[in-house]
Amino acid sequence: MSASFSRSFTIEGRDFLNAGRASTQIKTILKELSVDPAIIRRVAIASYEAEMNVVMYATRAKLKFTMSASAINLEIDDEGPGIPDITLAMQEGYSTATSQMRELGFGAGMGLPNMKKNSDEFVIESAVSKGTRLTMTIYIN
Amino acid sequence: MTVREIKQQLGLFLCWGDEKLEHKVTGGYVGDLLSDVMANSKAGNVWITMQTHVNIVAVAVLKELAAIIIVNGRHPAEETLKKAAEEKVPILSSTLSAFDVAGRLYFLGVGKARADAERIPD
Repeated sequence: MSASFSRSFTIEGRDFLNAGRASTQIKTILKELSVDPAIIRRVAIASYEAEMNVVMYATRAKLKFTMSASAINLEIDDEGPGIPDITLAMQEGYSTATSQMRELGFGAGMGLPNMKKNSDEFVIESAVSKGTRLTMTIYIN
Repeated sequence: MTVREIKQQLGLFLCWGDEKLEHKVTGGYVGDLLSDVMANSKAGNVWITMQTHVNIVAVAVLKELAAIIIVNGRHPAEETLKKAAEEKVPILSSTLSAFDVAGRLYFLGVGKARADAERIPD
């Protein structure tokens, strides 16, 4: 058996119909591997919020899921508008969602804070007009 | 109480639910903000919402919710029903408001245990 398990997903911006698919597949994998349900819940929330941000704001992204004996890692690298002020974006309740997105129940300003809350390690890097890269690690033990 | 019993007791319309109606309901959560429901709902809850679009199904799958109850006489979008069937998430609807659905569920004892446990002594 290899030391780690890895899988990549492509997420398309504006593809609301398939939004959540990568997170659902990751969840299925973790269940099959009999990971602790509490850990699965945290990974599901973190990956779903990341996926929705790509669908809402970016052109596309690659989501790389890696699992080792000690941790689960989610790396989401998008091509998109980037975030000019990360401190502001990390504030609960702050959102740049359109009124149309808000009507659908998005744009609560909880996405990035939820990701941070559910990760043991959370790194966000962004370049305006280029994209955003999120790295989230959740320890298994 | 199961999803089927809740359907019967509240006179809910079954939009999709060929399966999983016998699941035991652990409580409920009311919310129209998807991130809020992702963060705060619990596995086995019924989710009471006004949202009808396709993305509610993924939230229910990821949080292992027992069912979605759409309120105020709204109906799920066509692609929502298709996704619900694919993912096997029961969706019910009611002409009642979220307040009335939640109130009736409490009256039936759904969520009562938690309310009792969290009651502040007076």
